[in-house]
Amino acid sequence: MPITYTSGEQIEVYRFSLPVTVGVPLIALFLQAFLPRRIFSIFDLPLLVTIFFAMARRNPISGLLTGAAIGLAQDMLGPYPIGIYGIAKTVVGYGASSLGAKLDVENAGARLLVTLAFYLVHQAVFFTVARGMVNLTLNWSWSHGILAGLANGIVGMVLYFVLDKFKQRT
Amino acid sequence: MESVLGRYRNLIILVGVLFLQVLGLAVQVKRSADAQHTRLIRIWAVDAITPLERVLVRVQEGANNLWHNYFFLRGVRAENRDLKQQIQQMRLEQVRLSEDAAQAHRLQSLLAFKEQVVMKTIPAQVIGSSGSDLSRSVYIDKGSNQSIAPDMPVITAGGIVGKVLRVYPSTSLVLMINDQSSGVGVLLEKSRLQGVLRGTSDGELILERVMSDEQVAPGDTVLSSGGDQIFPKGFPVGTVSKVNPGKELFLNIKVRPAADLSRLEEVLVVTEKQEQQSVAQTGVKVRAADILSQRLPSVPDKPVTVPGAPATGKPVAVEPGQVLGGTAKPRPNGVIQSEPRLGAGANLAAGVPARTAPVRLAPASTTAASPVVESGDAGVRPSTGSNSTPKSAPDKPTAVPVKPITQSSPQPAITEDKPQ
Repeated sequence: MPITYTSGEQIEVYRFSLPVTVGVPLIALFLQAFLPRRIFSIFDLPLLVTIFFAMARRNPISGLLTGAAIGLAQDMLGPYPIGIYGIAKTVVGYGASSLGAKLDVENAGARLLVTLAFYLVHQAVFFTVARGMVNLTLNWSWSHGILAGLANGIVGMVLYFVLDKFKQRT
Repeated sequence: MESVLGRYRNLIILVGVLFLQVLGLAVQVKRSADAQHTRLIRIWAVDAITPLERVLVRVQEGANNLWHNYFFLRGVRAENRDLKQQIQQMRLEQVRLSEDAAQAHRLQSLLAFKEQVVMKTIPAQVIGSSGSDLSRSVYIDKGSNQSIAPDMPVITAGGIVGKVLRVYPSTSLVLMINDQSSGVGVLLEKSRLQGVLRGTSDGELILERVMSDEQVAPGDTVLSSGGDQIFPKGFPVGTVSKVNPGKELFLNIKVRPAADLSRLEEVLVVTEKQEQQSVAQTGVKVRAADILSQRLPSVPDKPVTVPGAPATGKPVAVEPGQVLGGTAKPRPNGVIQSEPRLGAGANLAAGVPARTAPVRLAPASTTAASPVVESGDAGVRPSTGSNSTPKSAPDKPTAVPVKPITQSSPQPAITEDKPQ
């Protein structure tokens, strides 16, 4: 798996236009809420968008803010108290941007593994907050978590490939 | 201090953001325990998303409608056409099955009838009619190749249909009994009155030669008398439907045919008649003269002088139908019974199957003092003359040998009313 370590000078930092910055997360949130839950509930499109923007910008602050904003918006549409997804995606955004600043994860395999890993991190933070703070009774399944992480990784590879078209060099 | 903040700036911001969110969660959890109410920010979020969802749903519904009501219906016209054709085919199939079922029913009844009738028959299918409105004839799908011959009777389970008029190799023309040129010797089942059944131009059946003083009522069953030597005796011909006074002291009797002559499809052609069991075969000692004597208790015996009898000066009573030259024996009931030496006796002695026929007196127009024996088998016409010494009665026995129908035309029973 070609995850190459590069120096900060060699890593390109991208930025996105405002419509893409606003529109893509909204579309992801919308699709997450609109698509049939029975089929698409396993996917977390806001998480994939968070990871993509965080890794592309390679800025931890930008990444955590993007994650926080997307997560809070997702919380607003969900049944749980606002902040659960926000905290989880904040952590993921921060981690993805921090990882993107140190590793070149431009190829598909690296993106699959990174997405799988951050999906698990996201779920871990989510379950921790949900159980520890909100006292929600949620059950964790490793098999389901790994399968869902792989599924999101596969979808993420396609999604990242599409969103790469909107990258702008700084 | 600034270097520390700059060095851990990202981490501090992360902690700060997380702290704010945790704080917000804590507030929410605390408030949710106090009261359940929807937060305004959720309302805003939902209000921001749901219009888009609503639009998307409408677009989706429009797309679905467009697909299902237009694109998806591209083949509907052809499918509708195919379904209509299928319906037509199914209707035709249904009609065919109904026809098959009706035909099977008819054939079943015909077969049952055929099994009951002691005669050789050939089933035939009616394949057409003469095409003329004035004639009542049909074509059947059997001809000389199937041993069909002219004058063979054609019957159904219901009754008599007609006779074979013309024979072709594979088809035959059947003249039905309701044709104007047709004539059938018939008798009424109850009264045993005999007559001639003729067809009319309207396709109706008229029973002729029945005197106006006879008691004929609608509903009486009309049977074939066998006197025409074409149709077997005793077959149902029809029922009396209407009785009116006719011309010249005869009744005008309309008969409704027993066979549905207007809906003929399958018929039986009688190729060989086997009449009712003969006296010799059954062994029952019932003779025509006996029947006659039983039916005419009031007819006075008319003394006649027998030629060749001893000239005693005393008249000898001779039973009607007595064969001249035969012996006359008194019956226990006082009726003299004649025993012919020739005719039926000779035939029976020869072992030839003979048939018995109802014998009756002629209608009341004949001279009561000189009743004339009328035998349906012999085809003796009613005699109206007072000096009506039977011309054929002595010569014609009441038991006639059965004659298989051949190509040769049979002798018509009623010479003047010979069926065409």
